Amino acid sequence: MQIAEGVQLVTFAILSILLVGAALGVVLFANIVYSAFLLGGVFISMAGIYILLNADFVSAAQILVYVGAVNVLILFAIMLVNKREDFKPLKNGWIRQGSTAVVCGGLFALLSAVSIVTPWSISTVSPLASSVVPIAKHFFTDFLLPFELASILLLMSMVGAIILARRDFLPDNLGATSTQDSLTLPERPRELAGK
Amino acid sequence: MLQLQYFLILAAALFCIGIYGLITSRNAVRVLMSIELMLNAVNLNLMGFSNYIDPAEIKGQVFTIFVIAIAAAEAAVGLAIVLAIYRNRDTVDMEQFNLLKW
Repeated sequence: MQIAEGVQLVTFAILSILLVGAALGVVLFANIVYSAFLLGGVFISMAGIYILLNADFVSAAQILVYVGAVNVLILFAIMLVNKREDFKPLKNGWIRQGSTAVVCGGLFALLSAVSIVTPWSISTVSPLASSVVPIAKHFFTDFLLPFELASILLLMSMVGAIILARRDFLPDNLGATSTQDSLTLPERPRELAGK
Repeated sequence: MLQLQYFLILAAALFCIGIYGLITSRNAVRVLMSIELMLNAVNLNLMGFSNYIDPAEIKGQVFTIFVIAIAAAEAAVGLAIVLAIYRNRDTVDMEQFNLLKW
């Protein structure tokens, strides 16, 4: 890393404040569209922290995959399920929120104490100039099988997501649809189970 | 000088915020967002250890890329499930998804 250490510290402080603030906003905002855009802020500041950790390739992949794909997917899902509804307040809902806050605070204290107390064996090797070539070597030598399995997993999840999100297929109407354009899928809106 | 502990504490804070959102939020899409927050916290842990303990063979970064790929697949399937439940129940309230409740 070519940046001076003071600059690194200030950058880390700014990025971590942005990260924690945006994450709290994701959880606490009432409007879910604000939450989705703040989630993009979380992902971008996380990419900045990855650059501080000498990981240029992973930082670029973070922006491409999370901001470009996952965040846009979440925005589309919000758009598809946009129903303005006021949730009925739960009986004794504050007990759940309070106890969850206590447990999360305790977990945070525990994890911080462990990470401060443990004597980590910090390596003194200077970090690599670019991480792209070593990552590619790992992918095509010792991590080849997981790499190929990840591609199969992505294909399976894509097919599964399409099957799950598609509306019902209408089999009894199949013969009549031959006049229809062959590229459109015959489907009908599903009845609501609760009605 | 940046220490490994700073990154670990930041990851712990992010993970705890994710757990809080996972348990307390009522909107199903916000639950998926909290899961993404927790996955990012785990990624930050992996990257920190990769940079400070194993800087010669950056296996933590390879793991992080696998986690990113699986998180993308999880987001796609999770949002499809949310969409299917919304069509079925006409709500996104987590408290009304009680089909399998005792």
